[in-house]
Formats: sequence, C-alpha cells, structure tokens
Amino acid sequence: MNRDDTIERIREALGKRLLDFERKTSSRIFLEVAPDTVPDVSRLMFEEIEARLQTASGVDTRDAIEILYHWALDRLDCVVTVRTRLDRHNPEIESITPVCVAAEWVEREMWELLGIRFRNHPDLRHLLLDDDWPAGKFPLRRDYEEG
Amino acid sequence: MAKRTIIPIGPYHALQEEPEFFKLHVEGETVVHLDIELGYNHRGIEKLSESKDFEETIFLVERICGICSTSHPLACVQAIEDAGEVDVPERALFIRSVVAELERIHSHLLWLGLAGHFLGFNTIWMWSWRFREDVLNVLEVITGNRNHYGMMKPGGVRHDILVEDVPTILKLLDGLKGPVEMFRAAVMEDPLLQARTLGVGVLTREQAISYGALGPTARASGVDIDVRRDHPHAIYGQVDWNVITRESGDVFDKAVVRILEMFESIRIIEQCLEKLKTTIGPIDSNPKQIKPGEGVGHYEAPRGEVFHYIRSDGSNRPARHKVRAPSFMNVPTNRETVIGGTVADATIILAAVDPCYCCTERMAVALDCRSGERLWGADELVRLSTEKTKRLGKEIGWVGPELPFGQ
Repeated sequence: MNRDDTIERIREALGKRLLDFERKTSSRIFLEVAPDTVPDVSRLMFEEIEARLQTASGVDTRDAIEILYHWALDRLDCVVTVRTRLDRHNPEIESITPVCVAAEWVEREMWELLGIRFRNHPDLRHLLLDDDWPAGKFPLRRDYEEG
Repeated sequence: MAKRTIIPIGPYHALQEEPEFFKLHVEGETVVHLDIELGYNHRGIEKLSESKDFEETIFLVERICGICSTSHPLACVQAIEDAGEVDVPERALFIRSVVAELERIHSHLLWLGLAGHFLGFNTIWMWSWRFREDVLNVLEVITGNRNHYGMMKPGGVRHDILVEDVPTILKLLDGLKGPVEMFRAAVMEDPLLQARTLGVGVLTREQAISYGALGPTARASGVDIDVRRDHPHAIYGQVDWNVITRESGDVFDKAVVRILEMFESIRIIEQCLEKLKTTIGPIDSNPKQIKPGEGVGHYEAPRGEVFHYIRSDGSNRPARHKVRAPSFMNVPTNRETVIGGTVADATIILAAVDPCYCCTERMAVALDCRSGERLWGADELVRLSTEKTKRLGKEIGWVGPELPFGQ
C-alpha cells in the first residue's frame, strides 16, 4: 500500500472522529482527534497500519495541554502526528501503553513534567524527576515558577 | 525457592559511563527482574531551549551528548527547517552526511572497545580506540574539533570541506578499512567471543517492535528500519549503501551490525567526497527568520533514530522543543534481554544496546549509607564477566582473537 492509500485508509477509519486534517508536506501529516479517540487511533496505527511510535510531545499552549503522538510510517517516508487537546485544569487521558509498550516511559515523563494523568498506565511514577519532587509542580507548564 | 537478592548497579551506571540506576533482582545466579531508574543526568534542555534563539539552540542540543554531538544538531536543524520551510543547498547536505557518518564510525569503534573490555578482551579495546583516534583526527581536519563539531545550522552548515583537505581525509579513511576488517574477523570468527555472545541477551523481533527499539538494537533483531533509507534526508537517497540487518537479536548480532555498518559509512563518505567535487555552490541558505509552524526532524544516529519536534510561533525562539534520544527507546528493552540470564552476562547485555556514553565513568564499589547494602561497582561486574570468559576459554581451549596489526 502506498503513502496516499495509507493516509486515505486512516482518514476513512476515523471518519467523523477526525476533527482536523493537515497535510503539511507530502511526508508530514497532522491529525486531530478528541482525547477519547486516542486509544482507538493508537490501535489503528500500531496494529493495523503497523506504524512505529516515535514518541509523544506534550505542549502547554496556555489554553490547553496538547499531546502529539508521532507515528513513523517507515518505508513510506511519512510521519503522522496525532494531536489531541486536554482541559488544562484537568488534563487526563487513557494511557496507550497497553496498546504499545513504547509509550510507557514518555507517558511517565509527560505525567511528571506536565501533570497529565494517564488512566490505566501500568507504572505511573517519576521517571526523570526525583521521587521527592513536590506534588502539583510541573516544570514544563507555562505558569511554573521555580522555588 | 531461592532467596531473592537485589544487586543495585548505579546510580552512576556501572558500565555505560552514564548515570542510570539498574536494580538487578537475582535468585542465585539468575536475573529474575530488572528495575531501571533514570533522571540523574536530566538537565532540563527542552525548557532551556525555549530561552535560546534558533541558532543558539543548535549549540545547546550539541551538548546533550558528546558522542552524538552531530546527531542531535542534525535532527534539530531538520526540525527547524521542516517547521519554517527552509531550503538547504545540496553541497551542505553532502557535508552534513560526511560529518554524520564519521561520527557513526567513531561511535561504533568506541562501543566495540568497551564491549571487548567488558568481555575481558582488552586488546580489542586498545586497538579499536587507537583507530578511533584516526577518525577523530579526520573530524578535526574537517571541523576543527575532535568532538562538538559546531557544523550544523538551520539552512546549511558552518564550514565548507576544502578541496585541499580531501586527499588527507581519503587517505585516513583508506587506512581504516584494514583495521575494520580485522575487527570483523576478530569478532565474527572467534570461537570464544561467539561462546560469550551467541544466544545471549536475545531481543525478539516482536519485542523490538513493541518497545519501539531503534538502530542496531532493532536491526540485529530483524527489524529492517533505518531513517537514512526510510525517510531520505541529507543525501542518503543519492548514494549507494546498504542497511545491515541480522536475525537473532543476541549480543553477537548487535556487534556484527555495528561492525558491518562501519564499512557502509566509509562507502557513503567516499561517495559524498566524490560528489562534492562537482556539487559547487553555497553551503548555507542563511534564513533570516523561521516562519510560524511546527516541524519534525529525525536522523539515524549511531544508536538509532534521534527525534526532535519544534514548534515556532514566528519569534526567534522555539515555542516548544521536544527531544527524544534513541537510548530512551532502547534501554527499556533490557527488561526483556537481561531477565533469565546470569549476572556475569548482564554486563555485556546491558552494554549491548550501547546506551549513550557521554560522561566519565564515575562508578565505585560503595556501601549504601542508608541500608548498608553493598553496591556493585563496574570493576566487580567486569571481573565477573572476564572470569566467565576465562572459564569458557579453558573449556574450549582458546584464548581469544589475535589482532595481528603489527605494532
């Protein structure tokens, strides 16, 4: 299956759940879905499309907390980024580690640095920060203040 | 039931010269569980990057790692160029690949030396590091530095490769082929090295895929991925080379992949230097401003894909900069490979994913002041591993590879 067919397949599978679609260049695709759809998209990407989870980037945009899941379609020279926006006051989403173990560490990282709670994560504890790090202090939040 | 003991290795990594904390849970000689703690070297670089302009950011990411000191900048400039839709002159792309492939050779030689040391073959260690010096000398000729080359910038490179330097570079490269072939023979054909590494620390193809393993760690397990070929960038689409894969996923195959890759890197560099003769032109498109947008840059570093995500808001600084190094994906695979093996093999298995070597070895045998528990030092683990090699050597009546380099 070539690149265009694969992208079309992703669009079809998501149907109305696809909130936004941007083909920035021929090899860079940005999709947006609601947080509830993320486990389904992840299953689609990992199990059916056989994409590789490169990593996920958490971003505090001041209006929302965004998670961007970056999936590489090796052999098709394409990176598909799945974006979802979480409520900044209560950022919570289903973990995709049960779907793809490659997400385990990066979800732990987003939990401690941005305060995103991942439901059903098998091992949600500090990865980079010290175990004594004060609760509720998230260094990658825009309103984080040292001390 | 055997008594379970925890062997803490770290927090300063016993073997990889990088602070990480491995807790080996053992029953008798067998490792039954592995707990990995990191963060001892967390420097907040992603946050720091938001306070640097796009040019300064490159110098910052260059300091993430001393060994991959061109892989991070290369992935980063590609992310910036992707976000800001910046063109790069062709000559600059060739130069980028020359520097990047030289980095791969010196990194693989460094790993080979350490792997030899951990197994008790100190001759391999000394010789491979001696030839690594030649590679660093080439890098010094091209960039002025043995490490931290300062070559990459958004839109191109900072220094040209001078015509008069090309014969020196080619001569040094030519001189590397014999030694690399010698290492290939020493590792692939030696019965004692095979006895220590064949079937040891196996990562299956399925495990490699689910952990998102990268680079030689994945390719040794039959996962045929390489960003240079799969997502062509720089000039990798324009030169002739092969992606090396092996099937069994053990320590032996991980070593073989790295050694054979050095031959491919030499081929790539030679072709790039040839093409540089006819690809005349600027080495920098000199972008004045990075447009608002977001971009992804990835590059196949010696250990696997380095990934950078950049979001630009139109100012001269990244609004968000995410960095993911290959070891972040490769280190968790140790949970699959170390468990079930012996403590003596844990040394080489943990080293086989080649976690980034960026710090000086600072491990010592010490007592944990709180529990009074004995922490195992690098020396002790290397001694265990070396003793196993000697024991096996006696059993098969072989002392290990001879390296007939002369003096």
